Amino acid sequence: MNSKQPTFFQVIWDFFCSLKLTIITLILLALTSIIGTVIQQNRSQQEYLELYGKKLYDLFETLQFFSMYQSWWFLGLLTVISLNLIACSIKRFPRVWKTVTVPLLVADEGHYKSLTNGGELRSPLAPREALRRLTDTLGRRFATAKITEQDGKIHLYAEKGAWSRFGVYVTHLSILVVFAGAIIGNIWGFKAYVNIEEGTSTDKVWVQGMREPLLLGFSLRCDDFAVTYYDGTNRPREFMSILDVVDGGREVISDRKIVVNDPLSYKGITFYQSSYGPAGNATLKIRVKVRDTGEIIDISAREGEHVPLPGGGSFAVTGYTNSYERFGPAIQMHVNTPDGQHGNPFIVLQNFAGFDEKRGGTYSFTLLDYAQKEYTGLQVKKDPGVWVVWLGCLLMIVGSIAAFSFSHRRIWVTVEERGSGSIIRLGGNAHRNQPAFALFFDDLSRDLGTELDA
Amino acid sequence: MTSSQLFNITTIAYFAAMILFLAYLVTRSPKVGLIATLIAWAGFAANSGAILTRWLEARALGFDQAPLSNLYESIVFFAWSILLFYLLIDLRYRQRSLGAFVLPFAFFGMVWAQFGLNDAIEPLVPALQSNWLTYHVITCFLGYAGFAVACGASIMYLLVAGKDGQKPSGILALFPDSRILDDINYKAIMIGFPLLTLGIVTGAAWANYAWGTYWSWDPKETWSLIVWFIYAAFLHARFTRGWVGRRAAWLSIAGFAATIFCYLGVNLVLSGLHSYGG
Repeated sequence: MNSKQPTFFQVIWDFFCSLKLTIITLILLALTSIIGTVIQQNRSQQEYLELYGKKLYDLFETLQFFSMYQSWWFLGLLTVISLNLIACSIKRFPRVWKTVTVPLLVADEGHYKSLTNGGELRSPLAPREALRRLTDTLGRRFATAKITEQDGKIHLYAEKGAWSRFGVYVTHLSILVVFAGAIIGNIWGFKAYVNIEEGTSTDKVWVQGMREPLLLGFSLRCDDFAVTYYDGTNRPREFMSILDVVDGGREVISDRKIVVNDPLSYKGITFYQSSYGPAGNATLKIRVKVRDTGEIIDISAREGEHVPLPGGGSFAVTGYTNSYERFGPAIQMHVNTPDGQHGNPFIVLQNFAGFDEKRGGTYSFTLLDYAQKEYTGLQVKKDPGVWVVWLGCLLMIVGSIAAFSFSHRRIWVTVEERGSGSIIRLGGNAHRNQPAFALFFDDLSRDLGTELDA
Repeated sequence: MTSSQLFNITTIAYFAAMILFLAYLVTRSPKVGLIATLIAWAGFAANSGAILTRWLEARALGFDQAPLSNLYESIVFFAWSILLFYLLIDLRYRQRSLGAFVLPFAFFGMVWAQFGLNDAIEPLVPALQSNWLTYHVITCFLGYAGFAVACGASIMYLLVAGKDGQKPSGILALFPDSRILDDINYKAIMIGFPLLTLGIVTGAAWANYAWGTYWSWDPKETWSLIVWFIYAAFLHARFTRGWVGRRAAWLSIAGFAATIFCYLGVNLVLSGLHSYGG
């Protein structure tokens, strides 16, 4: 077997260790992600057919564009980038560990040649004196140098920010941790919703895409739901529900108010205020005055229902608003004749009690009270992976700051006797942001030169 | 003084500074460069004062909210962040010609805010009533500002690079060395990138707190991730043979274009949860 022929495993390994793969995959992820922002995700088949027509629909469906972030190819790209960063880290970590823990104190000719930054200085000073000045300047401008004497030469080594070499591994690890958290949430968590009518309770919620409800193991009661508005406007200030939790026959949480940015959590399950709406028909209290007799009766009616009136007719309330023009709450209603003919609809204002008398019909109406029961719509979520995701995020921020804002900068100096003076060899490198280091190195070399000439 | 007067002064100062930076490129007079920088500082001070005054004005109206609640306020904060970033880079590098390529972002932002957007102070809708809003917006915009400066440096880099062999002539003679431009580009992104990461994380934390999902592939979220992918590619390009230099500069420009789309395009073109586009 020819040992130079790379094995299949070797080929795969090299492929996943390549930084070009990283760049290409990141660019592909960026480009393909755009698709899902242009094509709305997870809509109904009908919507898509109307929008794109049969041909495009079939194509997009095959390419899984309608839920592209869960598609095999997008998850495939994420898998490639994960394998890529695992492979890169495994390949590079042992060497980096050695670089940090066992620094190269003595640079030989070959090492100097391999460095991107280098230089040579000559000085009439004796090596000892040159060494003293170099050590001083290095210590002041950069870091304290380690001195090694070997083969009649004196070697200086100074470094800064060695620990920052680990930042990149922390960042890479953090991405895997975030993925792990997302996977945990997908397997052991759920996302559901529930509507609870005011004054009632429930112990089940509905998970998206499931026919059967999920039992919570405790029950949740909604005492009240309310919307408040900014003074004098229709801009909602707050959507609020008052909830109680009853577990094992005992009320464990009482009168907990939840609003949009303040959910309720119990036993790892969190309830978020998400929507609301009317539950059933509203109840109205209406005072009817019969014009001819002056008789007054108070009637309790439901919206939409026909209510008999003295004398054989009836009335029905067909609409309600809490602000009619600028006159406050109002209802729309009509009166039916005894033989069932609809009269013209008219408006009754709650804040102007005598107003309807002016209409001049057989009856006049006053709105005393209006009560609409509402339901609160709650989003229900359980995600045991969320803390893993936050841990990943924390690692990512700490790691990326360490990786990108700091670099491991190393400087080697070798002092050698030459005639009556010394010859000084300089070299340095940074593991990141070389251009900045090159500027610094030029500057430092100049300073060292000046110091030796002084 | 009212916040709107201060915003006017800000816009005028940014305009003057921009023109002077351009004049500096033509005249090559260090004095012009210095005056431009001083005016930029004055504009930055006015911008800071204006944001602070607006905050107090909102408080006086009874709204306890940071001045980061709508598109107008976010644009003027963006201009402020760009200037902050630019002036810090200027303190470090003293490359005045960069101003001619960075100030326009801040100036045109201010002009758009002042002439095209509704500057009324309005109370926050329930979905935005959270302290997370402040952390989220500040981290995102400081990151965006870094990318704006990087984009300016990249444009200059593309103009200069490739001409390293010959002695640059005309306006290019005043441009910093391509090494310095490359360095500014990288520095700005390596500060911007962790800030963007932090912005995405605070956004996710807030979304999780308010809606129960830290990530829902909403167009805004997705575009912020696209920006993140591009700059991640940029940062890896820095130490990959064949991707250094011009390609990296193009990635930086593409990254800023994606940033602008993420910030504005998503609201104007696509639909989603970030509703301050009105």
